[in-house]
This record gives sequence, C-alpha cells and structure tokens, in this order.
Amino acid sequence: MEKEYWRWPESRWSSSDLDWKDGDIISAGVDVGSVSSQAVVLVDGELFCYSNYRTGSDSPESAQKVMDKALEGTGLTLDKIHYTVGTGYGRVNVPFAKRAITEIACHARGANFMYGPTVRTILDMGGQDCKAIHCDDKGKVTNFLINDKCAAGTGRGMEVFADLLSVPIEDMGRLSFEVDEEPEAVSSTCVIFAKSEAVGLLRKGWPKEKVLAAYSSAMAHRVVELLERIKVEKDFAVTGGIAKNEGVVKRIETELKIKALEPKHDTQIAGALGAALFAKALVEKEKGLR
Amino acid sequence: MNVVGIDCGAKFVKALVLEGDKVKAKSSVLSGFDQKAAAEEALDKALKAAGLKKEDIAHITATGAGKEEATFARSTITEVGADAKAVNFLFPSVRTVIDVGAEEGRAIKINEAGKVVDFAINEKCAAGAGTFTETMARALEVRLEEMGPMSLKSQKSVPMNAQCAVFAESEVISLIHAKHAKKDIVRAVHDAIADRIASMTRKIGIEKDVALVGGVARNVGFVDSLKRDLKQELIIPEDPEYSCALGTAFAAQEKAKRG
Repeated sequence: MEKEYWRWPESRWSSSDLDWKDGDIISAGVDVGSVSSQAVVLVDGELFCYSNYRTGSDSPESAQKVMDKALEGTGLTLDKIHYTVGTGYGRVNVPFAKRAITEIACHARGANFMYGPTVRTILDMGGQDCKAIHCDDKGKVTNFLINDKCAAGTGRGMEVFADLLSVPIEDMGRLSFEVDEEPEAVSSTCVIFAKSEAVGLLRKGWPKEKVLAAYSSAMAHRVVELLERIKVEKDFAVTGGIAKNEGVVKRIETELKIKALEPKHDTQIAGALGAALFAKALVEKEKGLR
Repeated sequence: MNVVGIDCGAKFVKALVLEGDKVKAKSSVLSGFDQKAAAEEALDKALKAAGLKKEDIAHITATGAGKEEATFARSTITEVGADAKAVNFLFPSVRTVIDVGAEEGRAIKINEAGKVVDFAINEKCAAGAGTFTETMARALEVRLEEMGPMSLKSQKSVPMNAQCAVFAESEVISLIHAKHAKKDIVRAVHDAIADRIASMTRKIGIEKDVALVGGVARNVGFVDSLKRDLKQELIIPEDPEYSCALGTAFAAQEKAKRG
C-alpha cells in the first residue's frame, strides 16, 4: 500500500489526578469537523479527558467513536455525562448531544479556557476552513471572518503538499526551516496552482525543503490577509491542526510581527473544549445554579 | 510580409505565421518545464511548416503568461488585446469575448473597431479555468477528451457544493461512492466551471454577439453548460486555441508597418 503522508497522528489524553466520581457536573463537547473530530470531557469545569481522531464518512459514527476513545480506560461511561454539546460541521449529527452550538462560539470559548482571558484574536486553522475570531475576556465572540470556500490556507492544502513531497505531515514544519534562505512564496490563492508551480520547481532541482518553505510562506500570506481584514488585537492564539506546524505559525508571526501564545493542550481540541464548557453552563442553568 | 504571433500559455505554446489576412502555418507545443525551449520549438515548427526562415519574418510579437520566455520576440501584447484583435477580425459582430485557457479565464467587452472597452480576468483560482476540468477528469478516471462527449449524454446535473478544485475533487469522489452516474457528475463539473465563467462575464455586462475562444472551447460539454447558463448562443472559431496567437500576429503586423 502507498504510504499516506497526509495522515496525522491521532491522540487521546486523560487526567491522572482527577476522579470523575468526585465531580458534581460532568460535561462533554464533541466537535465533528470536516477532517478531524474531537471529544472533550470536563469534570466540574476541569479537563478530564479528550481525544482527537480522523472524521469518517459517517458523522454520527465518527462522533460515537471519538467519544468512546476519550472515555477509554477512564471508567467513565456516556450515561454518566450530564450534558453533551455538539459543534463543528457535523454538529447536528452527534446522536448523544442535547444541543448544537456553532464552532465559532465554541472556539472562542475554548481558546479563552486554553490560553486565558487575555486572548482577543484567535486564528483557527482547520482541515477545510480557516477562521479569524475576535473575542472578549469571557471568550464571547465579538467579530469573525471565515474562509471555507477555498483550500488555500487550510489543512487540506497542506495534506496535498505532504503527498506531493512525500513528507509526513508532522515533519513538514521542521523541514521547512532547513533552507539556506527563504525562497519566494508560491501561489497563495490557489492550491492547484501552487502545486503546479511546486512541480516545476522540483523539476528545476529545488530540494523539497525549499519547496516546503515556499508553500509554508504562501499559506502564511493567505491567512495573514484574512487576519488583517479583521485586524489582529493582542493577545493572539492559533488553534486547529496547522497550529502544530511551526513552519506556518512562525511565518505568520514574522509577517504579523506578533508572537502567538504558547499552547498548553492539543490545539485541535479548542472547539470541543468550548462545547464542553457551554454544556457545563447549560447544566448549571438547568439546576438553577445560574 | 510575414509576421509571427506567439502565445506562451500555461499549458501550450502556440505560434502562428501570418501573411496579410492569411494564416500560413501554426504550431502548438507543450509548455512543459522549460517554456523558453518550448517557445523556440513552436517557432521553428511554424516556420518549417510555412517554408520560411527566421530572416523572412518582419516582426515577432509574444503574448501569454510566459511571454517573457519568447526571448526572440521584439514586442509583447496583453492576452486581452490579442483576443480583441483576433475576434474582431474573425467575427466583426462580436461585442463580448470569453477566453478560457488552462490557468486563466477572461471576459472582454469590445466595440465595433475591436477596441477593448472593459474586461475581467481570473488568474488566481483554478475553479474558473481549464485546470478545474482536468483535475476532475483525473478524479473521475475519465480521459480529458472524453469529458465533453460524456457530459452531453447526461440529462441532469448533480448539485455540487464545492467551488474550490481541491474540495471539488473530494466531492466528486463522494458522488462516485454515492453511485451517481459518471456522465451526470461530468455534467455537474462543466456546469460548475461554466457558472464561474458566466458570473465573471456578467460582471462586465453581456452584449451580443458572444464569442468563446481558448483551448477549453474545444470541450463540447463545457460549451453546452455555458450556453445553458448564459442562455445565449456562442460563436466559436475553428481553432479556438489559436485566437490569442492570431491577434498577436495582427499586432506584429501593425508594429512591422510602423517600422
């Protein structure tokens, strides 16, 4: 079988010192994205466990699977969770969710938890879209812009290049810095055109690291354009799968002349985490605590 | 007096030898990865076919995205200007020219003298250029030449949501898995690119008659989709991919006459 270079590592995590049995409110969020799905479980508002898996062709099945993976080995079962909120592109297809909330709202809420109340601008670089979100100190959305029409600036574009260059996706960031000097960017407006340019450069004898550098900066250009339209206010954070690619993140930072906050958790869980926080608030509301 | 127009497109380099109103020879060579070599080869081929030598040519003008690669050319012209000249010569009644190439799409409004009044270009996105159809043909495992005829066999379009060629590729694969007939998907692909070209053309306003040129005009499926979208007949020259080269040759003639 051909090696699938685009395939990113799936993951799960659970807290070693939290016991769900001690919790009053167990809430969960499931983010079914176009490419990846995440489940996050909170015990009294603290991270208990999460998982991050590739979305399959069936959304309800993907939601179930990612939740099962999060709960694996924790002793916690779905029926003990008080409230689940679904989000993401497949949010209405989470069978065990009581409510669906848009990913924009969930992302801002999740980033506020992950990076703290100083975050004002969030760049979420997802599998098939890219969002620039402004929020207040409570993580409430004040403005946003989204590109979901074009693969340039999304994870899908990076996957195309992983396949083209036969580089595993998690090595792309590191390799893109292995150049003597920064080459000129390839097309930042179209992945198909960027790919055909890249093929030309490879034939000219460019090493793949250099081509990768040219694509990473094209990708940075593209999202910086989106960010400039909404205006970047500090603090700035990057979430989503591409946030793990330092080749893109560092080039965005250089263009913006702003450093992004260091992530404390898997950057892909922001949406599901926000959903779980909304779920907690909804339980409190039901119980009359709010 | 013999002149040459050379059009260095993203996919093919086209060269055309013109004497007066008569096209003496033409040639087409894949641009490949060394467009300079391709331009030279195209010129040599066209000259050979016309039975001429380089010294017999009064002037050479170049156009196209890679026009700088035709280092032997003495002048250049924009593709928009070249299209206008060619179409005005071939079909004087035309006021709107649509040119769809491999990596670019253009809509041009011209007056009765063939002067450009307004134009719109897409060179940023594969969704509005020939590459879109090519990418989808690969996903569908259909040969590019078969796309047009296959599309005409379909009576209904499957709705396609994706605009981006990368996203459309995944959508096409999902449509195959959902057991849609290939011919219907192919028609949907042509409807999609036609929709983008039509909306670009509407931006400058459509005035009759309307001509379609560029290599993609060879695709009968795309032509059918565009006609349906614009609710408009389209005039297509015999060799639509040479229109730009023809207009460029007219420009060379003018330059040569002026000295």
